[in-house]
Amino acid sequence: MKRLESNLLNMVLSLTMVTLGAAALLGGLYVMTAEPIQQQKAEKQQAAISAVLPAIEGLEIAPAEEKDGNTIYKAYKDGEWVATAVQTEETGFGGKFRLMVGFDKEGNVVNYEVLEHQETPGLGDHMTTWFKTDKNRQSVVGKNPVTTHFFVSKDEGGEVDAITAATISSRAFLKAVRNAYNSCESDQTQAVSGATTLLPEENTGEPVITEEPQNAEDHE
Amino acid sequence: MNKPLNTFTNGLLRENPTFGLVLGMCPTLATTTSAINGMSMGLATLFVLVCSNVVISLVRNLIPDKVHIPAYIVVIASFVTMVQLLMQAYLPGIYETLGLFIPLIVVNCIVLGRAEAFAAKNGIGLSALDGLGMGLGFTLSLTVLGAIRELLGSGMCFGRAVFPEHYGMLIFVLAPGAFIALAYLMAIVNKIRK
Amino acid sequence: MVYFLIIISAIFVNNIVFSQFLGICPFLGVSKKIDTAAGMGAAVTFVLTLATVVTYLLQKFVLEVFHVEFLQTILFILVIAALVQMIEIVLKKISPSLYQALGVFLPLITTNCCILGVAILVGDGTWAGKVPGAEANLLQGMVYAFATAIGFAVALILFAGIREQLAMSRVPKTMEGTPIALLTAGLLAMAFMGFSGVV
Repeated sequence: MKRLESNLLNMVLSLTMVTLGAAALLGGLYVMTAEPIQQQKAEKQQAAISAVLPAIEGLEIAPAEEKDGNTIYKAYKDGEWVATAVQTEETGFGGKFRLMVGFDKEGNVVNYEVLEHQETPGLGDHMTTWFKTDKNRQSVVGKNPVTTHFFVSKDEGGEVDAITAATISSRAFLKAVRNAYNSCESDQTQAVSGATTLLPEENTGEPVITEEPQNAEDHE
Repeated sequence: MNKPLNTFTNGLLRENPTFGLVLGMCPTLATTTSAINGMSMGLATLFVLVCSNVVISLVRNLIPDKVHIPAYIVVIASFVTMVQLLMQAYLPGIYETLGLFIPLIVVNCIVLGRAEAFAAKNGIGLSALDGLGMGLGFTLSLTVLGAIRELLGSGMCFGRAVFPEHYGMLIFVLAPGAFIALAYLMAIVNKIRK
Repeated sequence: MVYFLIIISAIFVNNIVFSQFLGICPFLGVSKKIDTAAGMGAAVTFVLTLATVVTYLLQKFVLEVFHVEFLQTILFILVIAALVQMIEIVLKKISPSLYQALGVFLPLITTNCCILGVAILVGDGTWAGKVPGAEANLLQGMVYAFATAIGFAVALILFAGIREQLAMSRVPKTMEGTPIALLTAGLLAMAFMGFSGVV
């Protein structure tokens, strides 16, 4: 069969048909996959939150709250607040990374997950497991940013071992954890800024003694 | 000579996209940080190759010569978008690992090249076989390169540890290692082919 | 200040060829001589900056408005192909001398993965994660695209210079051609790794 002649009608017709065919195929596919894609996103977020919280049965997770640029998910068991998952963002060595940290009521780190990062493979990328490995002083799990100094041991007073050959990534990681802690409500003093402020107790509506302007959302 | 068999093995060996034609270098270097990644990229490209070869072969006589490039591009891009959507929905882990390089399949010289060189001039069956052969050849070379880089770089292969990680040469998992590993692999393959 | 960071990041720290692996095909194919390399670099700079602006506008005012982001791949590649055709025609009319210099590279650029790759990176705004303080808006995206293309040109010209020398050196038989070129590229990539962490 000889190929169609390249006159204007044939060209327009053939291009239109091809485009229509493509549009139909893709439109159909889009509709078909829209739901699974939404589901994937929701599941991923849920999985990230659950991974960093204590493994307690029947944990209810409150909807996200924005605070100081971080996203907070409070977890309740039978109406009582037991833990918080905080999602925070920080600039590491190779770019921004997103971290999800879980704190219990006393402010101890339960677990963390690095959601995405751009650190060097084999170096900064070890942050995904280094700070939860129980070896020397590198793990932050079970520790509290108030009682333990969450800075790398190279820095003055630091009490956490940095990743070998990845000090900058380690510093950024610890900064992110401290930042996450500050957003999380607990009955401990603020870890980083040194400001001795009491963060508000859950549901008590007590006045807050802070050095920053009060926000309406600090009161329940 | 058996034409279908010849067509199929052509892409695997003689005109292997990576070692014979030296095409599709971008994904070859970028996505072979591990064997699984390389294999997934290869398989995604295989899917697009076969589908677009078949469709283009089907409509080859209905597309006037002057507009054949944009028409082929629309067909190829549609299948690439199809892969994107399907992967995003059902294989999210791999989708995130391969990232930018999935949509870049559309500008992979192999796909448009085979469409022009083969599918535009041959029947559906042969075009499909050509796409399959080329795709498998590509997948094979990507998997091998990925396996080598993963093994030398982190001591693992297909995610399983073969030797402890700290004996690995990190450079192979990073950018320069991709170039270097491919260089030696190509030299070895060239030697074998001679 | 952020523009300075964007430029340094795009040319050196995250060089498009040596750390992002985009544009390898022309990188290996058109780098045998320095003047062809310079020509290709110039053509890519021109097309990439223009294409990125157009695709960014399309992303913001068409794809996102109608919620058809999944059509990004098709739309972008068609626009790029059309743009390159148009540039060829316009260049021929306006500046025949420039057309003489760059013209032969233009058809090659359509299937150059770095054009589509950068267009997607800027359209999605994902490039901004690597440069501290960068925002994914049109002006910064344009600067990023321009600087990326300059980085491509730098990589290409450096490589061409080395290859010209290589052509006159004794290379082992099995390594001749692409293998030794790849090895050289690897060493260059290693050198560029020295820039990481600068931005």
